[in-house]
Order: sequence, then structure tokens, then C-alpha cells
Amino acid sequence: MRKIFYRDAIREALDEEMGRDPMVMMIGEDVGVGDGTWKCSKGLREKYGDLRMKDSPISEAGFTGMCIGMALTGMRPIAEIMFEDFMLVAMDQIVNQMNKVSYMSGGQKHIPMVIRTTIGAGRAAAAQHSQNLTAAVAHFPGAKIVMPSDAYTAKGLLKSAIRDDDPVIVIEHRKHFSVEFDMPDDADENLLLPLNKAAVVREGKDLTVVASSFQVQQAVNVAKHLEKQGVSVEVIDLRSIVPIDKETIIKSVKKTGKLLIIDEGCEQFGVPAEITAQVLPHVFYDLDAPIMRHCAPNCPVPFSPALEKLFVPTEKTMLKAMKQLL
Amino acid sequence: MAKKISKELAKEFYTNMYKIRRFEEEVFEFYKLGQMAGLAHLYIGEEAVATGAMAAIGPQDYIGTTHRGHGHMVARGADMGKMMAEILGKATGYSKGKGGSMHIMDMDIGILGANGIVGGGIPTATGAAYSAKYRGTDQVTLCFFGDGASNEGTFHECINMAAAWDLPIVYVIENNLYGITVDMRRVTKEHDLAKRAIGYGIPGYTIDGMNVEEVYETISKAVKDAREGKGPSIVECKTYRYHGHNGSDNCAYRPAGELEEWKARDCMDSFKAKGYLTEDEIKEIEKSVDKDIEKAVEFASESPYPDASELMTDIFVD
Repeated sequence: MRKIFYRDAIREALDEEMGRDPMVMMIGEDVGVGDGTWKCSKGLREKYGDLRMKDSPISEAGFTGMCIGMALTGMRPIAEIMFEDFMLVAMDQIVNQMNKVSYMSGGQKHIPMVIRTTIGAGRAAAAQHSQNLTAAVAHFPGAKIVMPSDAYTAKGLLKSAIRDDDPVIVIEHRKHFSVEFDMPDDADENLLLPLNKAAVVREGKDLTVVASSFQVQQAVNVAKHLEKQGVSVEVIDLRSIVPIDKETIIKSVKKTGKLLIIDEGCEQFGVPAEITAQVLPHVFYDLDAPIMRHCAPNCPVPFSPALEKLFVPTEKTMLKAMKQLL
Repeated sequence: MAKKISKELAKEFYTNMYKIRRFEEEVFEFYKLGQMAGLAHLYIGEEAVATGAMAAIGPQDYIGTTHRGHGHMVARGADMGKMMAEILGKATGYSKGKGGSMHIMDMDIGILGANGIVGGGIPTATGAAYSAKYRGTDQVTLCFFGDGASNEGTFHECINMAAAWDLPIVYVIENNLYGITVDMRRVTKEHDLAKRAIGYGIPGYTIDGMNVEEVYETISKAVKDAREGKGPSIVECKTYRYHGHNGSDNCAYRPAGELEEWKARDCMDSFKAKGYLTEDEIKEIEKSVDKDIEKAVEFASESPYPDASELMTDIFVD
């Protein structure tokens, strides 16, 4: 077991995949000379050259869309969109172009490209630099979406995404970049995690909690706390948003009879609502309580730390939500 | 003024212009008969642009096309049967009927795909040029779009990047004066769109898009520059669509007499008048093209519609 920062796990994935396949490149704002806003591409421009670690102008639609043309002509590009909020500027290129090439061409061509982007309220970045818009992107067919929850999944999911022949959107969390995680010794250059599987990260029998990204570790911490009170909570790390690994969730809920879904996105029309709709028909007669969701409220992300701390789910609010179900 | 061209090239020009017009006439027939679902954005009137442009590139090069893209496909030598079948939504079409008129793709001949979003395909084409540069090939991309797309953000974003990085791409603006019903002169101060090239530090050419030799000559120069690493250019071809924006548009927004003025400069009539080809040669070309068109129409008409099982395939690789 070694220690590694989340950002370095991403850098490791990029470095290994760029070293393995000369057709892999990355483009985005500040990724080259600046080493990436989150320092995930440190030194890679020097190592692989300007054309493979390309600093773009502030043109999200332009450079994201260019990746489609690169992917059509033999390359495996990665677009880094600094904040998921900025993805909205490139939404036509993602939803109308990238997602649909395969279908509109009758399967003649697929788009092996990756979009790396970030979410994360809690850093006083206000309403346009903090959102979790994953549900909005997940609505449209044609792209796979994954959310790593630590350094291990950040590396393994990104490597798989780069090698995948379909578009994959990888959503990282800004509060993770400077966190040091354990990395198993066998998580080497061959580490490839499936893009469609959730993982049970803590087993339990009284309640199933589904979480993703930054909320996974928090949910585990709360579960540990509850264990001392004699309550056994099963925590599932969602990892894949599209598709939802509903089998893993169904299996767990059949055992526990209770389901809480935690998400950093706004409550309305969100990922938890989708999970509920997918899972409910299969667990209806196993449930001991209604399925519950614990999300951000339906307001823009506030700036003032005094208000922002009320916006994201915390261990305290998670504990409250879990207790409500138990 | 364009230089004299060879007999061989003259035959190619007339063949392609005539082929495009005949193909589009047949599309419109299907549309009027209610046999073509959806929208018919016809290329009739603009044939000289696609024809001259395609003659200026090689078989290895890429083309980004638009919702008004049948002309580019036909001039590039796409399979007209598969095109017509796609336009009719048939299983034998380029995309098994899943894309339709606005989304025909054929990467075997470098067609990166047509696009239903105005300006939406400019980034794809620019990315193909980036890829050619990175891979070290000498491939050039022709990126077609209209005056309408020149006011989309992707136009600015992509030409800026292509210019900054000397990408091998030629942006061909088919300025047919109208964005659906809106006269571009009412929404744009400078009507010569190629002048925008100055702002990007690249060459820009405004030419007569009804003159196939001029299109060929100008785009050939732009392609040569791009291939030699001198970066992108903008070629604005002044042209006119004889029909409306799509099949249901009666063009009530056009001033009286405007269509007739442009028709008096019709690309095929004016080309014939130059005497490159004899009457017999022209007749022979038309006869041969008519036969090909007939075959394409027959193939498309007789082809089956896609099976219901196709609905949920091709979304992903698996």
C-alpha cells in the first residue's frame, strides 16, 4: 500500500495512457504550461509535447467539439473542462454532437473521447463555479458517466475511460485533489476499473446508503459512527452514473429493506430520483420504509460560507437522514 | 478571373453540377409526393461551390458538411443510392435510416458528417485538421457552412484556434444571403464575410460562387497553402439557393426579381456558354448521369424501412 494524492493518481493515469498510446492527447484551459488548474497534468507537456498537452483558448465549445473530429480520425482525445459549470457552454457539442455521432451514423463511427471535468461546492466559489450538474448531462443518451470517489477509482476509471471506444465523461471532485489516499500496490499501469459497476465499500444489514464522489467517504464515516450504536449500514459507491448499476443496489436493498441516496446535486430531477425509479419496481415488497434522498436544496450555490455550509450534505446532515430511516 | 481549364476537368465540373441538380430535383419530388419525411434543404443553385471545391482536394482529405450537404456528398462521389435511401429513412441508407438528410456520413471518402445544428460541425472539422497535423499526414480539411453559421460562436472559436496553430483547414462559407427568412444584410454590417479573416490574421477570399472555375482556383490555392503548413484560410463563395430554406418555404421574404437575377447567372448555363464542352458531350454526360440518378431513386424506393430492432442499437459500441 502506498500513499498518493488524488491529483497525482489522475496524473499517473494520464501519463501511463499517453505513454502507452501515441493517439492519446489532452486539450483544455491551462493544462499545458500551467500543469492544469488542479495540477493533474504536471510535467506532461514537457514529456509529450505541446500538441499532446494542448493549452486551449477559453473556447469550451470549440475545443470540446474539436475532440470529436480528432476521435473520428484515429485519435483518443481528452477534453479537460475546468468546472462542470463551464460544460454548459459546450453543451451542444456534447449533447448534439459527441453523444449522437454513433447513432446518427448508423454505427459507422464511434467517438473514443473523454471529457474530464470537476464539481464541488464548499470552497466559496459561488453559483457558477460550484455546481454538480451531473444529472443534467446524464439525461442525454450517448455518453457514459463516471464519478471517482478516491485516488484508486480516479486512476482506474480514467484509464478505462481513455481506452473505451465510446464517449466517457469523468467527473472529479475539487475537494479531493489535495487529499492523500491509500493506493493498493497492485494498482499499477494495468489498473482498469469497469465503467458500469458500483462497489459495496462497506457491508451492512440495516440500511443501504448509495453515494458518489466526495460523499462516499463521508457516508462511510457516518456508518462507522453508527456501528458504535449497534446499527449496521451498507455503503455503495455508485462510481458509474450512466449506466446505473441497479443490480448492486437492488441486491443490497433486498437485504436491508431501506435505501437512502445521497447526492451533491440539487434535489429536483436529480440522480437519486432516477435511481429510485430504476430500483423501486424490483424492491417494492422488500422495503420497510420509503426510499429517501438527501441532496442539495433547490437553490443556486450561495457564496457566503455561512450559507454554503447549509447547501452540501455533510456528515451531520447525513447522520440525521440515516436516523430518520432507521 | 479564372484561367482556362482542361477538357477533362470541364467534363468533371459539368458532370458534378448536373448530378447535384438532378439528385436534388429527385429529392424534391419525393418530398412533394410525401414520400420523404422531414426536411429537404436543397442545394440547387449552389452547385458550383461543391463542385469546384471537391475538385481542389485529394482522396485522402476530409470534408465537414452541413444540413444543406447533399451537394458536397454527391460532388465527393458518395453512393447516391445509399444517400437517397438515407434521405427516405430506409434500412439501406448510409446510417440505416437513423440519421436522415441532415446526418449523412461516409468516412471512407472523408465525409466527417453533415450537421443539423448551424455551426455545429465546425469544431469537428477543425479537430480533424488538428489530428492531421498531429499525425503528420498532409491531409487537408474543407469545412463548409453558410452565412448563418458565420454568426455562431463556434465559427469564431474554431477559426481562432486553427489560425493560432496553423491547422490545415479551409473554411468555405457558402453565402447564399439568407438564414431561413432573414436577409444576412439585415443582421450583419459587413456583407463580405471573408473580411473577417483579417481579424484572425489569415487570408480571406470573397469570390463568385456561381463560377465553378473561380471556386476551383481559389480553393486550390487555399488547399495548397494549408497542405504546405501555411495554415487556414476563409473562402467566401457568393451564391444563392433557388429553393427556400427547406421544402415548405415559399420564399415570400425575397424581393421580387432577385431569384431571376441569380438564375440569369446560373452556374451550369454560364459554364455551358463558355464552350468547354460540345453539345454532344453535354448530352452524353446528362444521359449517363440521368441513368445513375434513376438507379439511385429505384434503389431507395425499393429498399425496406429499418426493422424495429434497430431502435436501440448503435447508441454505444456494444
